[in-house]
Amino acid sequence: MAESTVQTVQEKEPLFGKKERKLITDPLNDNNPITVQVLGICSALAVTTLVAKALVMSIAVVFVCGFASLFTSLLRNSIPKQVRMIVQLVIIATLVTIVELTLKAVNYPIYKELSVFIGLIITNCIVMGRLEAFSMANKPWRSFLDGLGNGLGYGAILIIVAVIREIFGKGSLMGIGLIGAGDNYFINTLAEGSWFAWYMPNNLMVLPASALFVIGVLIWIQRSWNTKLVDIS
Amino acid sequence: MELFNIFLKAAFVENLVLAYFLGMCSFLAVSKTVKTAFGLGLAVIFVLGITMPINWLITEYLLSETGIFGMDLTFLRLILFIAVIASMVQLVEMIIEKVSPALYTSLGIFLPLITVNCAILGGSLFMVSREYSFGESVAFGLGGGFGWFLAIIAIAAIREKIRYSAVPPGLRGLGMAFILTGLMGLAFMSLMGIDPAALMGTK
Repeated sequence: MAESTVQTVQEKEPLFGKKERKLITDPLNDNNPITVQVLGICSALAVTTLVAKALVMSIAVVFVCGFASLFTSLLRNSIPKQVRMIVQLVIIATLVTIVELTLKAVNYPIYKELSVFIGLIITNCIVMGRLEAFSMANKPWRSFLDGLGNGLGYGAILIIVAVIREIFGKGSLMGIGLIGAGDNYFINTLAEGSWFAWYMPNNLMVLPASALFVIGVLIWIQRSWNTKLVDIS
Repeated sequence: MELFNIFLKAAFVENLVLAYFLGMCSFLAVSKTVKTAFGLGLAVIFVLGITMPINWLITEYLLSETGIFGMDLTFLRLILFIAVIASMVQLVEMIIEKVSPALYTSLGIFLPLITVNCAILGGSLFMVSREYSFGESVAFGLGGGFGWFLAIIAIAAIREKIRYSAVPPGLRGLGMAFILTGLMGLAFMSLMGIDPAALMGTK
């Protein structure tokens, strides 16, 4: 009798209380997957040359991360420890295939441009990292929120880096030309008497190494303002 | 000699981390001290060296049209590769847990995350696209793993030294690691396109 009352009390946890809100907001700053947990760097280097690519990639990762966490958490008590990685990867691979086919049907040009990297969400460590660290030990609803939050935190960094790299590397934003050589740019550096004739796009920003510099500086900014993250060791 | 060239090329010229930027996450996260970096580096050499020949056998005898099933099954490639890698990493995890519990706890979540280390899946996909033979795939796997091992040792050593420098507080640790990796990557760009065989005059 006593046991059943305890259970009903536990089930009455608020659906979206303080703890749940923390699961979503924490990964945006204090526990950001890229700048604090160091997960998912490879794809952040590869897809951040254009903002449009980064946007599609973030949406895909939010979806995969949220639902993979949900399903793993539902199955967590029936997965033997010895084969857990394979089970997790099968769940992730299924979700990634869904995303891939949906994107192919909805927006083919973006699919063509991203195809390899959508497949590589399978090996995006954020998804599996959260499965290992959180969903294997927590209830489904919380795991789902944790997955969504981490996907959003990843997306936020991805988009900031992509904006910087696209503006300085290609002189455009979301494919709209801002500054560069040609009529299709807002400021045409080739125009007669242009004040910006000295301008050259920075080719370093197109290389993957530049993403490392940009993320490094972002970490610097974040930690100067959020001083509890500073590495004291 | 041919195999040795492939080994050298995979380890230095086409270094998986510094030239292709694969396997970044564990590279940046586990490179705090040389000791843990050494352990993870050995695990990666082992996993790459073993999965590469197994995946070669799979593509050659299971997935190709001349294989056992007699049809083109390449659409199963990703899933099968991942399954092989996951089971190998699971094996490594069990071994390390038994042999060195200290290393096991210090690697933490990054040990199971070798599974999703893009350097390993990327290596297998490179092997397929470059049409290596069995021996060459072994050499490529070991070479790639050795290159990854050297790179993580190098950055861990630099990070151990840089701890004593006056780095701005916000940049200390992880921020500096990102910038250092970027610089090492730029340096490695100058090695792109060098052919060890031509250097040694065997070609």
